[in-house]
Amino acid sequence: MNLHEYQSKLRFAEFGIPIPHGKVAHSPQQAYEIAKELNGPVVIKAQVLTGGRGKAGGVRLAQTPEEAERHADAILGMEIKGHKVLKVLVDPASVIQKEIYLGITNDRAARKPVIMASAEGGMDIEEVNRIAPEKIIREHIDPFLGLRDYQVRNLAYGIELPRDLWKPFMKIAQALYRCYAESDATLAEINPLVIDGEGQLLAVDGKVSIDDNALFRHPDLAELRDTSAEPEAETRARAAGLSYIKLDGTIGCMVNGAGLAMATMDMTKLFGGEPANFLDIGGGAKAETVAMALRIILSDPNVKAVLLNIFGGITRCDEVARGILAALAEVKVDLPMVVRLVGTNEDEGRALLEQAHIPHMVTAKTLAEAAQKAVLAAQGA
Amino acid sequence: MAILVDRNTRLLVQGITGREGLFHTQQMIEYGTNVVGGVTPGKGGEWVLGKPVFDTVKAAREATGANTSVIYVPAAFAADAIYEAIDAGIELIVCITEGIPVRDMMQVRARLDQSKSRLVGPNCPGLLTPGQAKVGIMPGHIAMPGNVGVVSRSGTLTYEVVYALTQRGIGQSTCVGIGGDPINGTSFIDVLQMFEDDPQTEKVVLIGEIGGTEEEKAAHFITTYMTKPVVAFIAGQTAPPGKRMGHAGAIVEGGSGTAAEKIAALQAAGVTVAEHPEQIPDLL
Repeated sequence: MNLHEYQSKLRFAEFGIPIPHGKVAHSPQQAYEIAKELNGPVVIKAQVLTGGRGKAGGVRLAQTPEEAERHADAILGMEIKGHKVLKVLVDPASVIQKEIYLGITNDRAARKPVIMASAEGGMDIEEVNRIAPEKIIREHIDPFLGLRDYQVRNLAYGIELPRDLWKPFMKIAQALYRCYAESDATLAEINPLVIDGEGQLLAVDGKVSIDDNALFRHPDLAELRDTSAEPEAETRARAAGLSYIKLDGTIGCMVNGAGLAMATMDMTKLFGGEPANFLDIGGGAKAETVAMALRIILSDPNVKAVLLNIFGGITRCDEVARGILAALAEVKVDLPMVVRLVGTNEDEGRALLEQAHIPHMVTAKTLAEAAQKAVLAAQGA
Repeated sequence: MAILVDRNTRLLVQGITGREGLFHTQQMIEYGTNVVGGVTPGKGGEWVLGKPVFDTVKAAREATGANTSVIYVPAAFAADAIYEAIDAGIELIVCITEGIPVRDMMQVRARLDQSKSRLVGPNCPGLLTPGQAKVGIMPGHIAMPGNVGVVSRSGTLTYEVVYALTQRGIGQSTCVGIGGDPINGTSFIDVLQMFEDDPQTEKVVLIGEIGGTEEEKAAHFITTYMTKPVVAFIAGQTAPPGKRMGHAGAIVEGGSGTAAEKIAALQAAGVTVAEHPEQIPDLL
């Protein structure tokens, strides 16, 4: 789960990291009021959960409250990479002497957190890593020992930070680690961390991502989730405990198991179609789960055909077939449906489905056959 | 022979009285696995399915001589269950639980590296040595004994492949689910090494997916150390970047971890990569 810039910075501030004292505006009038209160030049920043705000014109400098109002009016309602801007952050504009990058993330290959610093602040760290990897200084963090002071000194030395700033840099790095650890973050980055006009360090922009699996122990952070930018079906699926991701194709896929779901999507592509979604309904394929999943798939207007691929292991295929039939009694499907059951009692399961004579529904024996049939159906053949 | 689990497995079930634990313990016993007992704090002294329940893993290990444990406890308590098994000296720990915070797993992993225990999982279907032992949640009857080793990050996709092999009369030595989390206890390389050393295993099927670099590392290992042929399948070619595809570890991040990279690395290592899972029996 990703936090907005303003949420990330407020979280930083809770751990003692200095941030600009701006506020969030939902309307141009509010932006005017905030700018007036801040009494000086301000930056209006679109709050959307995607990168590239600056390039899209979502970050603008204003000298006066009137200008702040005009910019907020232009930015609010703007679409940045499919994300509609519903709020802007109005921050006091900082005089910037230098921009630094400081971030902590999970290094999957090393199986440890890694803290990274670079003198090339303000740029996307992946971009820096691509063009000048030597400019990123890294220290792996022992998950039991935590971040040690000498490691922060290694970073400060590596990015040639002026020595008079080592002490505040130490405080900020240690605060960032506490923020990362205590938030169960998978990413906590300050970019840029600036040296401002007074020679002080200030976290001007930031990003925090929280491990979804740890949200159960952070109810306060779970409440920060902004669902306005995600497809409504994804929000509903999450509430129902289903794993659903909307894609741009026409074949709605319903599968048990994440790996098999990905393989099923890949198969539709292999045979010339495009998957409309990823959807893992988990084990068992109970009637109410299948019904909920069908509703979610059918809520996507792009879907032209539905492909069910269920492996019946411990839950046998005949039980799965009964679950599907019960779900179909509840949810009417007007689109062509291809059902493939595989595993224990698959012949019995398929026979049950065929005997029910559901309109628009065909069965398939193999995954290849199912994918081909679904692709043809989606093309209207 | 086979690997990791067999007739000598003496299995302890952590979370034996929970809904999942109880259900799968019954399945494992019916399959013929030697379940020697279970652990549920507060229920020591009870018996379920004819097996003794203990309050702690230490007590259970002392009383039963268990050498393997399988964990079915909820995500919030799973890391503690793993530490308890490590401290009790259990040689092989199989964690089925999905949804363990990655921070917990980083600590578990650091602790494991200093211990003699091996962890398989978490977020995995477990292990199955056909005809001998089933530890976890794999459906036992879809497999048959044979010479193909199967290792996978997935659950049902593995069953799909194992079932297809069995339908064609191709048996398996051991099926290993290493799990779908970004940080786990046993890697592809660990299992490939075991299959390479196992006299029963003649060929290997590797089922990977997007996210991380484990498949690339496996490719390097295969080139350098393996003499047995490997057939692979990688799921997630149509997965969009930046989205977690069900498994916590199945995500393309910063342009890395794509299916295309993994397929290219495996092919360069001489591995036959199937276009779809149903081709695997033919490719063997």
